[in-house]
Amino acid sequence: MRKYSVFAVAREALRGHKGWEAQWTSPEPRKEYDVIIVGGGGHGLGAAYYLAKEHGITNVAVIEKGWLGGGNTGRNTTIIRSNYLYDESMGIYEHSLKLWENLSQELNYNVMYSPRGVMMLSHNVHDQQVFKRHIHANRLHGIDNEWLTPEQAKEFCPPLDISASARYPLNGAALQRRGGTARHDAVAWGYARAASDMGVHVIQNCEVTGIRRGPDGRVIGVETSRGFIGARKVGVSASGHNTQIMEMADVRVPLTSNPLQALVSEPMKPIFPCVVMSNTVHAYISQSDKGELVIGAGTDQFVSYSQTGGLQIITHTLDAICELFPIFRRVKMMRQWGGITDNTPDRSPIQSKTPVPGLYVNCGWGTGGFKATPGSAHLFAHLIARDAPHQHGAGFTLDRFRTGRLIDEAAAAAVAH
Amino acid sequence: MLLIRCPYCEEDRSELEFRSVGEAHIVRPDNIAEISDEAFAEYFFLRDNPKGLIYERWRHIHGCGRFFNAVRHTVSDKFVMTYKAGEPKPDLPAATPVAQPLAQEGAAK
Repeated sequence: MRKYSVFAVAREALRGHKGWEAQWTSPEPRKEYDVIIVGGGGHGLGAAYYLAKEHGITNVAVIEKGWLGGGNTGRNTTIIRSNYLYDESMGIYEHSLKLWENLSQELNYNVMYSPRGVMMLSHNVHDQQVFKRHIHANRLHGIDNEWLTPEQAKEFCPPLDISASARYPLNGAALQRRGGTARHDAVAWGYARAASDMGVHVIQNCEVTGIRRGPDGRVIGVETSRGFIGARKVGVSASGHNTQIMEMADVRVPLTSNPLQALVSEPMKPIFPCVVMSNTVHAYISQSDKGELVIGAGTDQFVSYSQTGGLQIITHTLDAICELFPIFRRVKMMRQWGGITDNTPDRSPIQSKTPVPGLYVNCGWGTGGFKATPGSAHLFAHLIARDAPHQHGAGFTLDRFRTGRLIDEAAAAAVAH
Repeated sequence: MLLIRCPYCEEDRSELEFRSVGEAHIVRPDNIAEISDEAFAEYFFLRDNPKGLIYERWRHIHGCGRFFNAVRHTVSDKFVMTYKAGEPKPDLPAATPVAQPLAQEGAAK
């Protein structure tokens, strides 16, 4: 793999850009792999990368039904933060945030991680109490999070309306300065390139149609649209379709799939310096480097694989955005889309061994999996390679729904996130 | 926005009048204190999540207020039928004709 650098750019500029090579190869599948990852999103590609880099397992294939990062990796609003309430959540999301901070250097690929700050708005006494509880819990764990007055919030994000006559008045905000955004496609591509360089096979346009098991019940491979491919271990990381993949091995996981919507505006000059979230009025907004306002809306509350979602969901969010930021009232929205998220009953992910030997699952990231991409991938690789969870992933078992040791972030934040 | 037929009001009404309340035909075990942890987890947490026909409960919360059941296709979101609570689960063949799925691939960003 040729390194990307300023010198490479200069060299190619002189040569008419004829020397750039493909970022990853598209080999024919082998007969058998040590590990197959089902799902070529950020989590799956990252897991393959860390399997090769940290555990020396390079006989790995990532099998993707469509194209790399074409699912939720390419459909989310790219918010990165780690200000969760529970110990387990803080562990896994902070682990991820620390990996984000050095990811561009690690992968030699600009993932455009931008710690521009994530500000969560507080509109009432309940919000204030919840956020302050989060802030104190975070700081005890060494995670930055601070309380802002409405005036400080306005200073940090000038388009914000903090007037007393606002429809959703503000009584403060919680700010995580290390939070921010990254370029989602680059995360998938960067992991794919670095993994491919170490010998991982990235196989696109190949749908997994079955999981084959041996007489002892152990996984021996997957059936695909390109024939049977053997594997000693299989890791499933297919977001909204995890239920369908796991059913192929007769494993039921407590997931429901719901469309989550997002939309972008026409591009504008830089106006919005940070990420702002309001759980109470349900608005998530930032501005991309292209200049579009990137807005996250809510989920449809019923099971659906439609990848569209109801119009009333996005109008609800836009109503809130227009009230919080009156300056954006005449901005036109350009595109809207949905992604299928897989949600658990406690709104925390599952990263776990399963009752089937050799089968592992990474699922339930729901509406907030992008921020966890490097951390999740790192811990999933550890789980598959060692057949035992990393300390930061130990709580996220499938078994917790039997034992009752839930990680109830849904209750902690009162909203799916 | 979906149009949903309330079997009590016998009218097609906007989705905004309704609330989805999850899978239908789940029966609470009579001996809830005696069942195993596995059985409880299955009853309490495991839900059908099919890519296809789903049997689910809805409530006409901004209308008559009553709960009813529905059969819907989860790719097209098309309602196949709705029926009153307490009526038996309809036995529909998996190949029940439903509308073509909506556009499956949104614009990726």
